[in-house]
Order: sequence, then structure tokens, then C-alpha cells
Amino acid sequence: MLELKLAFKNLYGSGLRTWLNVTVLSIAFVIILFYNGMLDGWNMQAQRDTIDWEIGSGQLWHPGYDPYDPYTFADAHSSIPPEIATLIERGDAASILLTQATAYPGGRMLNTLIKGIDPNQKILKIPSELLTSDNSDPDYIPAIIGRRFSQSARLKEGDRVLVRWRDSNGTFDAREVTIVSVFQTNVPTADLNQIYIPLERLREMTSMYNEATLVVLSQGAVAPQQYGGWSYRDNDYLLKDLKDIMTAKKGGSTVISGLLLAIALLAIFDTQVLSIFRRQKEIGTYIALGMTRKKVVGLFTIEGTTHSLLAILLGMIWGVPFLLLLQKTGIPMPASADQAGIAIADKITPYYGAGMILTSVILVVLSSLVVSYIPTRRISRMRPTDALRGKIV
Amino acid sequence: MNSKLRRYKICLCQKVLTALLIGATTLYAAEASSQDGKSILRKIDENLSSRNQIAESSMTIHGRRSSRTITAKSWTEGDQKSFTEYLSPASEAGTKMLKLRGQLWIYTPAADRTIQISGHLLRQSVMGSDLSYEDMMDDRKLSDVYDVNITGRDTLDSRDVIILELTANVNDIAYYRQKMWVDSERYIPLKQEMYAKSGQLLKRAEMKNIKRVENRWYPSLVIYKDMLKEGKGTEFRTNTISFDQQIPEHIFSKASLR
Repeated sequence: MLELKLAFKNLYGSGLRTWLNVTVLSIAFVIILFYNGMLDGWNMQAQRDTIDWEIGSGQLWHPGYDPYDPYTFADAHSSIPPEIATLIERGDAASILLTQATAYPGGRMLNTLIKGIDPNQKILKIPSELLTSDNSDPDYIPAIIGRRFSQSARLKEGDRVLVRWRDSNGTFDAREVTIVSVFQTNVPTADLNQIYIPLERLREMTSMYNEATLVVLSQGAVAPQQYGGWSYRDNDYLLKDLKDIMTAKKGGSTVISGLLLAIALLAIFDTQVLSIFRRQKEIGTYIALGMTRKKVVGLFTIEGTTHSLLAILLGMIWGVPFLLLLQKTGIPMPASADQAGIAIADKITPYYGAGMILTSVILVVLSSLVVSYIPTRRISRMRPTDALRGKIV
Repeated sequence: MNSKLRRYKICLCQKVLTALLIGATTLYAAEASSQDGKSILRKIDENLSSRNQIAESSMTIHGRRSSRTITAKSWTEGDQKSFTEYLSPASEAGTKMLKLRGQLWIYTPAADRTIQISGHLLRQSVMGSDLSYEDMMDDRKLSDVYDVNITGRDTLDSRDVIILELTANVNDIAYYRQKMWVDSERYIPLKQEMYAKSGQLLKRAEMKNIKRVENRWYPSLVIYKDMLKEGKGTEFRTNTISFDQQIPEHIFSKASLR
């Protein structure tokens, strides 16, 4: 307790130097919270959006389907096994049929993926209900596309675009589809180069009657791990890429946090070295008065570490309103951010979890403790008589 | 009353007979047309197919900004074996392609690797042209895979032509329907249009510079055009061609790729 009191008194006595250190450390602390909060917020939003728009609560894949190899799409289709079909009938799952195609907007050639989706499905946020058509023209094919594809293909609502594909036998077919709506999603993988049309229509166009490539499950749907060769993929598997990206981003954030912290800790280290150099007589007096060297080391270490406690306190005073304001308004992302291919919203809402805050506090306190202790090791080698005379250690 | 009934029966019989006669005539005409069409297709196959052939060709691909020409020498045996070596430009020189019974291998000297093109890779464009590997590989005789009807006669490039409409009679075929303008004297197509199942025109091929090569007529220039995209298409020029030559068997082996 005495050490703590003395530490606070000495820090207070140091005046501007103390507050300079505390301010720098508090800035580093708040920026670490901000950066980690932003990444956590992005991670949560990206996972939520990917589940809502693309993967649902798990998927069942045709044995031949490999999302990383588009050449598998043409053969990855078959009738849905009865057990999985029961899930679809109950509304616990929605089947999707994929076909590679080429779109020709304005004479340009674009490789696309046609996704046949049930207009009545409610599992994904894709506005498939817009594909319900009462048009009597037998050749009318309603289609919806995402904003990104709409921009790259220069297509808008009401446009008609010629699409060419091959049926199950490899025979070419081509027809015009009508863009009935352009939807906005944060998930590029549910948007880029993709055309959604009614499932039954695609089945008829490709002669793949009652067939599907994959089945998306709703929340709470219990799916067999393997059925008729179809494999179940849970969200851990389906979100692995996203999680890997986030882990890599976290690695980057650790470097930035480390650099910021290093700058602040360097100031504390310098202060400690200077204190020990300038307060040799004081150290000698403490020892002469009966304090053990260990206690004096403890005193100086606590003094240095107290910087971090004050920095956290100061950081909370100015940082909490600032971070809460950012949480309320969101962090706007540049328009080109979604070109990276991962789910990212127009604005990221940071998420400050208790675990992340506690980890940051412990990191700041522990690192300042270490940095404060290192220079004080000299004290244990000090001879009190030399220290009293102010001789350099 | 009886005479009325008898007249009605006679009249009905006449109508039925007339209908049967018209139906039979139409069927016969259609059958005859189909038969004639088949024989025309067989004559076309005789012109275009051979036991084997060795050809030097150049393919000019017209892009949006520029055009490039690729020259190649190829050895072909029937519809199952084919070996092609690209001679120029420098970036493509040394690339070799071997087709053996539905399988295709490509050797790239830059990577010193041989890769097999299979499945849906066969549907990709050959060196950015309007032709796919599959287009180049599908050497099945037209008369084997298409039913044919003669739909008219016309004049094209100052030549009398018979217009044929071909409909696929097999499932595994890229173009369900084709329209062909065939030189009525030489039995060589001068124009060919490939259609999707829906009736959409997909590709057009125009055959020019028809020459007498040995005992057959052969187009030395074919212009392929993907009708759905903009561009001038791809010109396929056969510079030299010789039929029914002695081709050593080792040419059609994977060892010849390196």
C-alpha cells in the first residue's frame, strides 16, 4: 500500500512528463480497442450476411460439387434423395441448381452462373419471390441479379439479356432473360456474375428435371451427415474462408497494435531509466532507511505500471464516448471495398466485446509492467553508499 | 333416302381417299427429301472426311483491338486421332495437341508440361478464337448425327446452292439444329449456321476459296463467327492439305508431344 501511495505521489510530482506518457498510452489503448472492435464488428456482420444471403444454416452438396472448381458444376446435379426432399417439403431446406452460362449484354461476352432458386423459399434473403411471374409468354424468363453484376454487365431492371447455356446433354441453348429486379447485398459471392431464375424454369431449360446441385438448410433443420452420396457442410466449414481472412486481418491488427503500444511503452521505458538515473540518492536513502532492494524495485515498477492504469482511466474518459459514437454512426467503407470479394457492408458497426476489452487492458498493464521492471533491475545491483553519493550505477 | 345415303358414303370415301393420297404423297415427298438430304450429307462427308490428312493451316483471331495469326501443322487419322503442332507466333510455337479417342492432351513448351484437357475444359475457346476444343474435336460425320431436310434452293457467291436443315438425332451434340447452304454441283457447304434448341442463331461459318484437292472439293478458308458477341470472328485458312498419306503410328502417341 505504501508503495502504491508513494508511486502516485511521485507520478503526480513528475507533472507534465507523467501526463505526456499517460496520454500517449491512452491513445494507443483506445486505438487498439477501436481497431479490434472494427474487425470484430466486420467479422460478425460478414458472417451474419453470408449466412443470410448465401449459405443458410449449412448445406448439403451433390457428390460432384466443388465450389472452387466451376468445371464441376455441369456434372454436379442429380435427383434429390428422398430424405433431403422431405426437408424441402417441410420448408426446412431449399434446393438450388447451378448451370454455367454465358451472358451477352450489348454484344459483350460475360461468363456467368445461372442459379435456379425456388421463388417461395424463405431461407435465404435473396428476393426470390420477385421471380414469381404471371406472364403468359412461354419464353418469358424472369431473372434477378445483384448490384455488382448489374454494374459490371451494365444491366438494369427491365433489361433483357441473351444468355447461352448447355443442357444436360451438352447441347447449346440460348434465350433472353428479363431482369425483374436488382438487389443489394453485402455478400459479393452471392452476387458477382450470378443470375437467379426460377428453379423449375432452369430445370426445364437444362432438362434436369427434379434435380439440384445443393440444398440450403434453414436454422434448426437436422440434416443427415451423408445421404445418397450428398454431404452435409456445416457453417464452420462454409465460413472457413471468411474466418481465415479474419484471422489474417487479426494478425495484421496485432502488428499495428504492437507498434502503437511499443511507441507508448518506449516513453515509459525512457521515463523509468531517467527516473532511476536522477533519483539515485532517493534510492540510496530508501535502502539506508531499511527498505529492501526488492521493495525499491517494486516501488519503481509500480510507479511505471501506474502509467498504464492512469492511461486506461484517461482512455475511458475520452475513448468511451468516441467509441460509442462510432458504434452508433458506423464506420463508412469506401465504395471500392466490396471489390475485395468478401462480405463488407457500406458501414461497419464496431463491436466491443467484454473479452476483447479485458484482453486489451491486460495487454497494456502487463506490457507496461514488464517495461517498467526492466530498467529497475539496476537497483538490485546498487550499493547504497554509492547511491547516496549519487554515483552512476 | 337410300340414294342420299349412298351419295354421302361415296362422297365420304372420296374425301378419305383424297386425304390418304395427299398424306401419302407428303410423306413420300418428305421421305424422298430426307433421303436426298442424306445422300447430300454423305457426299459432303466424302468431301470433308478422309482416311487421314496432313494439313498446314493458319488461324487468324480478330480481337477487339488487334488480330493475331497462329500457324499450325496437323496430322489427322479418321475421326479418332489427331496431332497438331503450333509453328508460330513465337509465344505459341512448340505447343502440341494430341487427340486420341475423345481425350485431348496439350504440351506447353514454356511450362514443359503436358496437361490433359477433359470434361468441361473442352468447351473452352482455343487460344481465344471463336472455336472451342470441342468444336475442333467433334469429327463425327454429319450424316451420322443429323437428320436432314431440303428446304430450298438459292444462289450464293454465284453458285447454285441447296439449302439443308439439319436436326440432331443424337443427344450429345453441341448444336441441335443447323442450316447449310450446299453447292449443288460440288457438294461442299458454302455457309453453315448453327442454332440453339430455342432457335437462336449461335455461330456462322462461311466457306470460301473452294479448291479441288486431289479428287475432292475442299474450302481453303473458313470464317467462324460467334453470332452472339461482337467481333469479326476467326479465319481458319488451310494453306496445304494432302489426303490419305502414310502417317507413322508414333505421331499419335503421347511421346510425340515432347
